[in-house]
Amino acid sequence: MMTEGTRVDVRTTEAADASLLRIEGEITSASEKPLMDAYALASERGAKAIILDFGGLDYMNSGGIGLLVTLLVRVQRGGQRLLAVGLNEHYRQILSLTRLDEAIAIHDTTEAALAAAG
Amino acid sequence: MTATQPKAPRDREAWAHPVERLATTATSTGIDTVTGRRVAGPVQGFGQMWQKTFSVRLVGADVGPEDLIAHWKDRFQTFWPKGSTFYAPLSGIKPGEVALMDVQAVPGAPLRMSTGVMVIYADQESFTFMTPEGHGLSAWITFSASRDGDSTVAQVQALERTADPFIELTYMLGANRMNDRFWVRTLENLARSVGVLEPDVQAQKVCVDRRRQWRYVRNLRFSAAFLMSVGMITAPARWLRRRSAPPAGGKG
Repeated sequence: MMTEGTRVDVRTTEAADASLLRIEGEITSASEKPLMDAYALASERGAKAIILDFGGLDYMNSGGIGLLVTLLVRVQRGGQRLLAVGLNEHYRQILSLTRLDEAIAIHDTTEAALAAAG
Repeated sequence: MTATQPKAPRDREAWAHPVERLATTATSTGIDTVTGRRVAGPVQGFGQMWQKTFSVRLVGADVGPEDLIAHWKDRFQTFWPKGSTFYAPLSGIKPGEVALMDVQAVPGAPLRMSTGVMVIYADQESFTFMTPEGHGLSAWITFSASRDGDSTVAQVQALERTADPFIELTYMLGANRMNDRFWVRTLENLARSVGVLEPDVQAQKVCVDRRRQWRYVRNLRFSAAFLMSVGMITAPARWLRRRSAPPAGGKG
């Protein structure tokens, strides 16, 4: 799923009830379609945990943070969990500043996120 | 062979740094209820979550998005409707700065309260406020400008929950619509300031999450509006108690 500036790749992990959404590029309010389409695909595949991999992120503005909250609401409504990996120090600080880290569990590695989701 | 350094994120300078507790350089005529509090966004609010988008096309105005945002930041307090006052931080609207404000505690009611906001994001084309504990809303509010065809469009977008059940009740009783009018008036004032005589503000409101977060009932303990209202309601009873209390001391 891609739009100018944002690409989200969906990968179902070996733990089949978790999906990894790898984000490349930027997250702004214009990223809604690729992000939500990726989430919809992950949900169709039966994911109970959605792991956002921010390793390829190079830009996020406040519109992007709002988009993450919208995604969080949908995940919670679906009875799923939202986790995050691949955050560098700058983006960890943003999730701390906005207190999104109180709702999105942050892990250092995908393996740790999968273990927490299981 | 030199290891490749990771690229610095392009948004690095636009974001504030996390703070444990807020502090401000702004001064107001009201009580400072912000210093020492934490920020509180839509994740930490009680009520239903709303996404509200207000926009106005600046038809005929010769101002681009960056100039409009600079103008908006510079004179932010002058575009607020009468009845509310914004006290900018000394260095202006920049990431990390905290502003104070006096607003109607409940939109439409004569009860005023002092609160504030933190600037969590600011670049050339937008800036975003986040509310503190004690504010009536738990919200992010983004002010932005963009080019659409031959006009600049100014926008206010709020992602908000009411902070506590008291404010949620007032929202259900009409304060939600009154809050919308506040931003419509703000954009009308902004548009007139750049020469748009009859601004046409468009509004869109979506309930993003109909669920209330009952674990945040505890936000009531920060609510200046709730505490002031309780004080006003119990004032007559306290007055009667003082009147009927025996006088101190007695005739000798």
